[in-house]
Amino acid sequence: MADITIQKRPHNEAVVTHRKFFKKTARGKVIKIIRERYLRDDIYCGIVGCRLCADGTTAVLPTSGDMTHRDFPYGHYILPDTNIFLTQMDLFESNEFMFPIILLQTVMEEVRHRSLPLYNRLKALVKSEDKQVWVFYNEFRRETTVIREEDETPNDRNDRSIREGAKWYNTHLHLVRSPIRGQKPPQVVLLTEDAGNREKALSANIPCMSARKYIERTQKPAPLLDLLAAAVSEEIEPTKATGARAVLYAEHLPTTALLAGVNAGQLHQGHFNANSYNYLEGTVLVPTFTKPVLLVGRENMNRAVHGDVVAVEVFPKSEWKSPGDEVVDAESMLKNDDVESGDENDENDTNDTLLQARESRAVRESAQAPTEKQPTGRVVGIVKRNWRAYVCHIDASSLTSTSTSSLSLQTIFASPISRLLPRIRIRTRQAPSLVGQKILVTPDRWDRTSRYPDGHFVRALGKVESKEAEQESLLLEFDVPYRPFGKAILDCLPVEGDAWVVPPKNDGDPVWKDREDLRDLVVCSIDPPGCQDIDDALHARRLQNGNIEAGVHIADVSHFVYPDTPMDAEAASRGTTVYLADKRVDMLPSLLGTNLCSLRAGIERLAFSVIWELTEDANIVNVRFTKSVISSKAAFEYSEAQMRLDDSTLTDPLTVSIRLLNSLAKKLKAKRMAAGALDLASPEVRINLASPESSDPLVAPSSLPGASTLSGSKDERKGETIGVMQKALLATNSLVEEFMLLANISVAMRINETFPQTAVLRRHVAPPKTNFDNLQDMLMKRKGLTLDVSDSGALAASLDKCVDPQTPAFNTLVRIMATRCMTSAEYFCAGSVSRDTFRHYGLATPIYTHFTSPIRRYADVLAHRQLAATIAHTPLHPSLHSKAHVERIMDVLNRRHRMAQMAGRASVEFYVGLALRERGEGLAKAGNIGGVVEEAFVIRTFRNGLGVFVFELGLEGLVMFKQDVQFDAENYTVTLPSPTAGGEVTVALFDKVKVRIGVEKDKNTQRGRVKMTLVSPVDSSGL
Amino acid sequence: MSSRIEILNDGGLRSDGRRQYELRDITIEFSLQGHADASVTFQHGLTQVLVSVLGPHEAKMRSQTAHDRAVINVEVNVAAFSTGERRRRTRGDKRLLELASTIKSTFEPVVQTHLYPRSQIDIFVQVIQQDGGLLPACINGATLALAAAGIPLSDFVCAITGGVHSTSSLLDLNTLEENDVPHVTVAIMPRTERVALVTMETRLRVESFEEIFKLAIDAGKVLYMEMKAALQRRTLTLVTALGSGSKPATQATVFDVDELL
Repeated sequence: MADITIQKRPHNEAVVTHRKFFKKTARGKVIKIIRERYLRDDIYCGIVGCRLCADGTTAVLPTSGDMTHRDFPYGHYILPDTNIFLTQMDLFESNEFMFPIILLQTVMEEVRHRSLPLYNRLKALVKSEDKQVWVFYNEFRRETTVIREEDETPNDRNDRSIREGAKWYNTHLHLVRSPIRGQKPPQVVLLTEDAGNREKALSANIPCMSARKYIERTQKPAPLLDLLAAAVSEEIEPTKATGARAVLYAEHLPTTALLAGVNAGQLHQGHFNANSYNYLEGTVLVPTFTKPVLLVGRENMNRAVHGDVVAVEVFPKSEWKSPGDEVVDAESMLKNDDVESGDENDENDTNDTLLQARESRAVRESAQAPTEKQPTGRVVGIVKRNWRAYVCHIDASSLTSTSTSSLSLQTIFASPISRLLPRIRIRTRQAPSLVGQKILVTPDRWDRTSRYPDGHFVRALGKVESKEAEQESLLLEFDVPYRPFGKAILDCLPVEGDAWVVPPKNDGDPVWKDREDLRDLVVCSIDPPGCQDIDDALHARRLQNGNIEAGVHIADVSHFVYPDTPMDAEAASRGTTVYLADKRVDMLPSLLGTNLCSLRAGIERLAFSVIWELTEDANIVNVRFTKSVISSKAAFEYSEAQMRLDDSTLTDPLTVSIRLLNSLAKKLKAKRMAAGALDLASPEVRINLASPESSDPLVAPSSLPGASTLSGSKDERKGETIGVMQKALLATNSLVEEFMLLANISVAMRINETFPQTAVLRRHVAPPKTNFDNLQDMLMKRKGLTLDVSDSGALAASLDKCVDPQTPAFNTLVRIMATRCMTSAEYFCAGSVSRDTFRHYGLATPIYTHFTSPIRRYADVLAHRQLAATIAHTPLHPSLHSKAHVERIMDVLNRRHRMAQMAGRASVEFYVGLALRERGEGLAKAGNIGGVVEEAFVIRTFRNGLGVFVFELGLEGLVMFKQDVQFDAENYTVTLPSPTAGGEVTVALFDKVKVRIGVEKDKNTQRGRVKMTLVSPVDSSGL
Repeated sequence: MSSRIEILNDGGLRSDGRRQYELRDITIEFSLQGHADASVTFQHGLTQVLVSVLGPHEAKMRSQTAHDRAVINVEVNVAAFSTGERRRRTRGDKRLLELASTIKSTFEPVVQTHLYPRSQIDIFVQVIQQDGGLLPACINGATLALAAAGIPLSDFVCAITGGVHSTSSLLDLNTLEENDVPHVTVAIMPRTERVALVTMETRLRVESFEEIFKLAIDAGKVLYMEMKAALQRRTLTLVTALGSGSKPATQATVFDVDELL
């Protein structure tokens, strides 16, 4: 029996036992809130072997503290203030930092209040096994609780509370350890960046110092000093005369003013999106306007960084502008910015004048095109910074000394990989050794006087273009969790390991409980070549009544992954398996993914089956769901299955089954198309790694049948290790796809019926018609084609009509561009949106979910659990009854899903870059100095450049002209002077051109970038 | 912004410094109030109710009398200032009617109503402060008030709330916790080990219900000891006040309250 007691509290000290405060509600009402507080004596100090504290089992702090610090020979513990955690979290997370930490509840709560991400990191820190962190609940301990005094700000109260905690610890240590012959007890050191707090602490006899001072006096300060955030280093040693700096930016308004402004409708809040073509321009999408608010120029962007939540003020209509129509590259424009001054005191700087000239021109131009004006404004304050660690390169040009032995402190630029971010200024002692490496940098602050944000170095990832560094930087950049699975997670796997088999059939066996024996069915799987995580298999057979029984069998992952286990939690946070060109980051441990759950041929496996009875016309007569045991008869690749399909001599049951499935799939597809499903396209290329060191199972080294390597002739390609090819589509691809869609839809209907509040579904919101405005205008003006976007069916039909007889690829191009106009599909919880918005626009079905890939998507695992509960197989875990919980998971999944896609694309891009360089080198060796030349389509026109899309490589690039050309924004044309024709050549949108593609390395940052120049109709290398 | 407050932190402490199975402070005061035959101020944490019992007396309305037993009449009144936000509740408020009828049905089998045919027993509950656990406080207060009024009861009725925060169960929830956590109210009769009332307004998992239910029963017994002691002290003062000086009542020779009932 649990120990139930009644807590007593004194009745005459209401000040101590009650917490009284006033709260203002959303409606502006003021409520008085009183909460009780029970003070305790059983909050322990956490020091191992403490005489006064009975609780010795969970204590983590070493008995005599840490003895290595030079200032505290008798040992010490550190007790950091809130501001230390807010600024120096990287320091604490470093493996070099091993001092015992006392974490006060006051500090924890303050961190939680200030920043949830930091709080989560702090919690992880407390839990990590290799750190010694003790959480001391000082607010509940009788001696250390602090009551806010009159006229005391909450901040001051917290500071006092922290000092009080430090004081208690020091007295406590004195009591525990009575001094023996001059041996002093260890000390508790208060770390704080707040000079005022330090002063007060010292006057109260509490040892106290700043983080920097503390680190400097440790035995090995060098590696830790770099981790210190800049915000602090500045405060402690104010370098130069800060006051003398020119102010570049307007001051941000305080948060309260921002919120008031937003509530009053004077300001607008939204995410800041930087423009990747023009670093001087950004947009903020706010609810008030349909078009995003345009921010032009540094001053108006006012230190906002991509992803920040900002408040903007919109200018009067007369000052509205249209987006700039030229490419402004930060790299070339700001190459010569000096790091040390950074603020460019001399306003006559050439860069500045150039910049101003360009800016003013952009303003003038927009005045000429009044039709395209959109709301324009300026950032007046940052509601929330969404800064994280960014992958960067060091800008070698900003180094003052490059000798590798130099350990002098240097201020250098780090250029983030993402073009959306500004350069970050960091101070480090290891600058020379970081050149040519990928490093992680976190921005800390951005002053009004500085053109760039200040940050600090977190860690090095490895050499630029080494596969490991590139891979890790990709994963970090897209926030993909890639740590190996921990022990707690692996402990959730079946103890038999890979020896696990389906037990012999026995009704008493829990595995066989409510499970149908479908081992006799002729089931097979059809997957891409080299697929190891086979999560679906199919079968079909004719029934006696003439109808057809078709079944989709999905790996029964929910049998192995139980709710509320570490493995489940990890899978939920990973959300999805991430496929990079050369690596797969699994959602589930590979024992499950590629073995126990993989429906391999000839092995009995657990499955979750969806079995339909279909008529000859593929109409559903009925559908049932059951857990089952299957034994796949064969695991085909798409091409193998296709061969069987085509070979009319084969009449074995497997082939018959596939034919039956294929005929049904065709009818299903026809129905779907008739209902208005979209056939969209995205640039998809495959990376084919033939190099011997690539050991990844995902990509078969042999070239694929059907996947045509369209680029280059055989001779050119000799000796290349990386192939870039377009994905091919076979009838069998569509066969599998149709049945998966059907299964997903059937499951979605069923779980939504049973769990109308919490069913895990997926939808695709119809894009707003205005999204297509641009594309419609382009098509109309250039090709005389119209796009009907009234609904998905109309769009599909009009996309079919967008053909150019001369260029067959044009249709695909339009589809790609149309796809970009759409919103992305998302997971959602059935109860959180209204029923009429469930529709999946692209698939044209009223309801949809993901059910068929539980090995690699967590949403499918949830759908499995809900379906299992629906058929009364396993009761539903209570968390899946909670709408709030499901919504939270859906948010994570949507984000992970998006990130995974982007990471995959970025990885392909990286290899395309490598392939290009290799091919270029090969050509150069063969005496062809022209480099790689490919056909491309113009997809955007700028004042000084063209956006082009290279089909063969799935690559989008930019052709820039150094000198000005005639630009007609209305008709999307650029007129170039042509030396050969003697006159001028006009290049228009959708034109097919030839471009030379090369990879050029930035000398300073070692960052490779694709550079394109026009070859035909006119050579633009001189322009 | 309940998300900013942790219901149960990693150190096993709740937002007010209690641990999982710790009940809030209980103060019981027997205060004779006006015309009432007995009245009790029952304070549990920051929830405070004043329960007055009148009767048994002749029923006011003949139509509502029963010929073979007494009728229990419960009225609940919530002071406008009892919560942080002032809110006046009318007498017809459905929540209050429900609360009253729950209390009534809890006590009907416990009070020995057959001893007083054709009469009426009034229980007036005045809620002075609210901070979670209102119904248990009303029931506990009513038990004590009925006992103090000398109305025969077959047993004490001790009520308590219990809830589940993710997987850990909590006892005696305050407002903050009640808003966040699914919970159940259980009233038990500790001597006969019977359950007088189980009620819940939130949905609770069946597996966790069993655990909570058992815990609440144990907690009810703890409450019983506390309530019994309070009643004994009260009886002791009465006995001393009666001037039966011949028997200097000490703690050891006090009547067993069970005999009184």
